[in-house]
Amino acid sequence: MQFPTSSSPFTPVNNTVNRIMLQVLLALIPAISLMFWLFGRAFLMQLLLACSTALLAEACMLWLRKKPIKMHLLDLSALVSAVLLALAIPTIAPWWISVSGTLFAIIIAKHLYGGLGYNPFNPAMAGYVFLLISFPQQMTAWQLPFDVISSATVLDHTKTQLGLGFSIGEISTSPLFGYVAGKDLEYLSLAYLFGGLWLLQRKVISWHIPVAVLLGLTFPAFIAYLIDSTRFTSPLFHLFSGATLCCAFFIATDPVTAATSNKGRLIFGLLIGSLIYLIRTWGGYPDAIAFAVLLANLAAPSIDYYTRPKRVKQP
Amino acid sequence: MRSDYSKILSNGLWHNNQALVALLGLCPLLAVSNTVINSLGLGLATTLTLILSNVLVSSLRQFILPEIRLPLFVLIIAGVVTIIELIMHAWFYELYKILGIFIPLIVTNCAIIGRAEVFASKNRILPSILDGLAMGLGFSFALILLGGFRELLGSGTLLTQADLLFGDTAKNWQISVFDDSSGILLAILPPGAFIGLGLLIALKNAFEQSNRL
Repeated sequence: MQFPTSSSPFTPVNNTVNRIMLQVLLALIPAISLMFWLFGRAFLMQLLLACSTALLAEACMLWLRKKPIKMHLLDLSALVSAVLLALAIPTIAPWWISVSGTLFAIIIAKHLYGGLGYNPFNPAMAGYVFLLISFPQQMTAWQLPFDVISSATVLDHTKTQLGLGFSIGEISTSPLFGYVAGKDLEYLSLAYLFGGLWLLQRKVISWHIPVAVLLGLTFPAFIAYLIDSTRFTSPLFHLFSGATLCCAFFIATDPVTAATSNKGRLIFGLLIGSLIYLIRTWGGYPDAIAFAVLLANLAAPSIDYYTRPKRVKQP
Repeated sequence: MRSDYSKILSNGLWHNNQALVALLGLCPLLAVSNTVINSLGLGLATTLTLILSNVLVSSLRQFILPEIRLPLFVLIIAGVVTIIELIMHAWFYELYKILGIFIPLIVTNCAIIGRAEVFASKNRILPSILDGLAMGLGFSFALILLGGFRELLGSGTLLTQADLLFGDTAKNWQISVFDDSSGILLAILPPGAFIGLGLLIALKNAFEQSNRL
């Protein structure tokens, strides 16, 4: 979509949907290559499956809805959803997992709500929640990096062991742990951080949402850790395990489903961060990114309503 | 006269379908439609309630003062539902246990008081019976369709537990389409009901649109 730029005195803004999405994809490259290095060809297959399904579904829906196919396919938004979903799916899950998840994301979460710009929920996260609720068995068996043995994730492991009465100190001696979080998987978080900082520097996203998400998560984690460090995991563990950094920079910042004013973005991010902490610590699922993001998506219109900038009084 | 009757029928079954067009009675529709047999049970109970309450309202319509008609309708419907609840308690105990709170909750199904107010209180007994039957069947039709959709996607079967409604001969009516373990759990859970109903309504609208063109 090309918006006409007026002549001076305005700074021309050259951010089309296509350009933004392309930069998001570029920023995901470190994470994608690291995933490929850790999990090998299995991850590449999931990625290809998700991407091709997404493009096909997008084209079919655009054709059914009588919209210009080429223009919307080239805006790359479907591809971004597919890549985010593929990064979240266990690499050893059967092929129909990524296909059905992507179909749900594109057809139901995106196009049935009116397509790009109208979807209230982040399509990738809606697809992920659909998969997690429908196929819990296939969605929780992760592969160990450089290995084919399936295992629980660190978050999952910590949760079950805490439930069995072990202390954090005992749990973190497990071979699943690296320096602060999941062994080898903590580098993945660094890759997201790197890509996210690049997006910030390119001004594709503003700092409000990522900072608020991370603050909303680490602040309660820090307080709880100070109170009892044997029962509550450290803030660093929360930052570098699961998909925290991916969420903060890539998922929560989706311009369609997030709040729009800067104040609203701060509230939106804090909401996501604290929801992640609440669900991780006391909820039924080990990781909480998708649920937290969908719940905050639901609240985004009200947040926007209450944080509308005041109209400037006429002199 | 005949065209009147066919109009009542087509209204109830299709054009003014209580579930798909009027969107009334959604609470039991969404909550109970997880298998075909549950849907069928609730659909039959609702249809029976609709017919009986329509008959009673229509035959009493001369004596009902307009000022107090709504409380009276509620009393009549509550009485009818209680009768049906006792009948199900006596003869379909297993199904009664499964449908549970949703049998007494038929009282709150807005479709029933809606038909009493809009149709039965203004028409003679025979058209009222027909209206109750048509509305009930239309509601059951949507309920069964939704139940079939959710049961098929969620557990890969159809007509499971048919013996609850049809006795022991129906024990082997169950059709297994695919292995239970790969069912889409979401379809059986509440979100599946909402998504399924949305898709059904969309399907009906698409069907009507393509017929009009």
